[in-house]
Amino acid sequence: MSSGALLVITIILLGIVALLVGVMLVFAGNKFAVAVDPKESAVRESLPGNNCGACGYPGCDGLAAAIAKGEAPVNKCPVGGAPVAAKISEIMGVAAGESVRQVAFVRCSGTCDKAVTNSQYIGIRSCSAAAAIPGKGEKLCQDGCLGFGECVAQCDFDAIHIVDGIAYVDRTKCVGCGKCAKACPQHLIEIIPDDSVYAVACASRDKGKAVKAQCSAGCIGCRGCVIRCKNGAMTFANNLAHIDYEKCTGCGDCTVKCPSKVIVNRLSPQDQAAEKPAS
Amino acid sequence: MGKYSFRGGVHPRGYKELSAQKPFEVFLPKGDLVFPLSQHLGKPAVPVVKKNDLVKVGQLIAKADGFISSNIHSSVSGKVKIIEPRLNNAGILGESIVIENDGEYTPAEGVGEFSDYTTMTGKEIIDKVKEAGIVGLGGAGFPTYVKLMPKNPEEIRWIVANGAECEPGITCDDRLMVEHPDWVVNGLKVVLQIFPTARAVIAIEENKPDAINAIEKEISGDDRFSVLVLKVKYPQGGERNLVHAVSGQYMESGALPASLGVIVDNTATLAAIYKAVCLNTPLYERGLTVTGSGAANPGNYIVKFGTLASEILTFEDDIRLGTKKVVLGGPMMGVAIPNLDIPLEKRNNALTVLLEDDVETAQKQMTNCIRCGKCIRVCPLGLYPQMMAEAVERNNLQRFIDVHGLDCIQCGTCNYACPAKRPLTQLFKQAKPAAMALNRLNQAKKEGGK
Ligand code: SF4
Ligand code: SF4
Ligand code: SF4
Ligand code: SF4
Repeated sequence: MSSGALLVITIILLGIVALLVGVMLVFAGNKFAVAVDPKESAVRESLPGNNCGACGYPGCDGLAAAIAKGEAPVNKCPVGGAPVAAKISEIMGVAAGESVRQVAFVRCSGTCDKAVTNSQYIGIRSCSAAAAIPGKGEKLCQDGCLGFGECVAQCDFDAIHIVDGIAYVDRTKCVGCGKCAKACPQHLIEIIPDDSVYAVACASRDKGKAVKAQCSAGCIGCRGCVIRCKNGAMTFANNLAHIDYEKCTGCGDCTVKCPSKVIVNRLSPQDQAAEKPAS
Repeated sequence: MGKYSFRGGVHPRGYKELSAQKPFEVFLPKGDLVFPLSQHLGKPAVPVVKKNDLVKVGQLIAKADGFISSNIHSSVSGKVKIIEPRLNNAGILGESIVIENDGEYTPAEGVGEFSDYTTMTGKEIIDKVKEAGIVGLGGAGFPTYVKLMPKNPEEIRWIVANGAECEPGITCDDRLMVEHPDWVVNGLKVVLQIFPTARAVIAIEENKPDAINAIEKEISGDDRFSVLVLKVKYPQGGERNLVHAVSGQYMESGALPASLGVIVDNTATLAAIYKAVCLNTPLYERGLTVTGSGAANPGNYIVKFGTLASEILTFEDDIRLGTKKVVLGGPMMGVAIPNLDIPLEKRNNALTVLLEDDVETAQKQMTNCIRCGKCIRVCPLGLYPQMMAEAVERNNLQRFIDVHGLDCIQCGTCNYACPAKRPLTQLFKQAKPAAMALNRLNQAKKEGGK
């Protein structure tokens, strides 16, 4: 056979194969088509696209699918907050509902001048490494912030910083994704509604006498706040006062007689200054 | 038997000469004694005394709670002052019984009475060991009676007395074998009563000729016993090494020595078994070595549990000026303590006082991993410390489990050998609790899926 004929035959054969495959693909495309919900892609468009996973779904795509199916509420994205929720509620045709911004709060006020240190920590400079060693870092207090900033390393939004030996959250930048809370080996970080006025900045489960020896800012368990709160928002468990943010009206009665000044006003100008790092 | 050794290992300076020739001194505490309810592996014990109760030496003060837990006995006579959280070995406040010492040391009824073990059944012996609150005195604190009840009692062929004492500086097991070889050997005889077909081996590193002589004299004429001389190398006393030495087989990952027909107990534990079974004396004191460059009076002491470390190591007399840190245990496996006001308990075999902080020096010299593979060569378990460390640093616990990180015994050998001074063992210590939790979760999932 001449090389010319071979070439022609090859071209014809390949052409037929290509045609067959083409027909099959068209057929398969029609038969197994996945209908993409136009709503889903619209919802996906409105989401911020951080793929941080704070909503609990596998990235923004996952949440978009869940919202489109009606499995997730329209205000599920903590990063987008109210504006995104409003957009999505328009697409889905449901009311957005009240969506309060959630932010992180660090339950420790044991700054370098307040917390007593009893040793020098030499070793890996990370919170989980220090927490695994007897004595848990340099502070006498065993429940407080270790200050090595494992939470800081986790934050994608530059919203948490170590100032004066403990972690502070910048309320304006934090989106409440909760990654820092997961990283903290001391379980100090709580995700709370941003409009809560007061919060207890201590996590020590020790009794009053022990706390006094460890830190001048710790909750000593006098229960004065529980007695003073008229709304029943203050509870006391594990030697520690705690505020129910739903019930708290922000009256501030609890703070008046707190001997350690451990119930902080998160919204007041001077406390806000404290929460902002002096970068 | 020839001298046994194992693959890997390192040769840190032993400095046993500081205390090896110092006979035991009984240390009598003056202040209050603190008994943490958790001084063993497993659940904390439950107090059986109240405030203001009078107690005597050897009296039960807290009862084991569950299968893996242990009884606790008073080491002094006196009054229960209070039951409250006190600083413990882990450097945290833990529920403890505080006893005011009356200085009389009145023994409780029956303590010290002689009984003949040869007429006892295995079950009776195990019950006595359990009652006496004996746990592994080598440092793990695992309840000993559980070890004496393997699933396959008829297959147990070897009882090994671990007298390797490979950790630098520590000499209390050495002294025990020199001064009381009969305690150790009788302890073995008691255990052999439970496993009549087994043979007993006392494993000792060759740098303890006095101990080897003393034990050999004690066992002469009884062909159930032999001494296994080990080469000097760290960590020669690892359970896996000893199991391999006697059985010739390697323990699989996650296996117990009993699966290869071996039971390994520390020499001090065996002495405690002898005292509990034959002398009706529960475990309330132990040998402890004080050593290290910063110790003004290195030596070996019989310490009553509950004695505060600050009584044994006083700043005026015992700690040299310029001391940087005090380690509970030896320099390889011990942990630095933040405070001397912690009570000594069942698991503590030494207090090492150091003028120089090697960790600090190492940290200053630390570089990135240079992929030399030294850590892999020295790990007595044949693990890949470099990969394990990388997994922890990247926070990938699944990877840590996959490269057998959970088999690590935290012996510190890799850390010692690493020329880049990577803090390998600390990383493994840090990762272990979370990795174990993840492992349990994985297993539960697997079982649920079936
Ligand atoms: S990591 Fe913490 S501080 Fe940073 S955005 Fe998330 S919740 Fe806020
Ligand atoms: S809040 Fe937690 S993670 Fe952050 S620095 Fe303090 S101890 Fe570390
Ligand atoms: S500490 Fe762990 S990884 Fe390192 S040598 Fe010992 S057993 Fe091996
Ligand atoms: S010994 Fe140190 S430097 Fe060498 S491979 Fe291991 S971790 Fe890396």
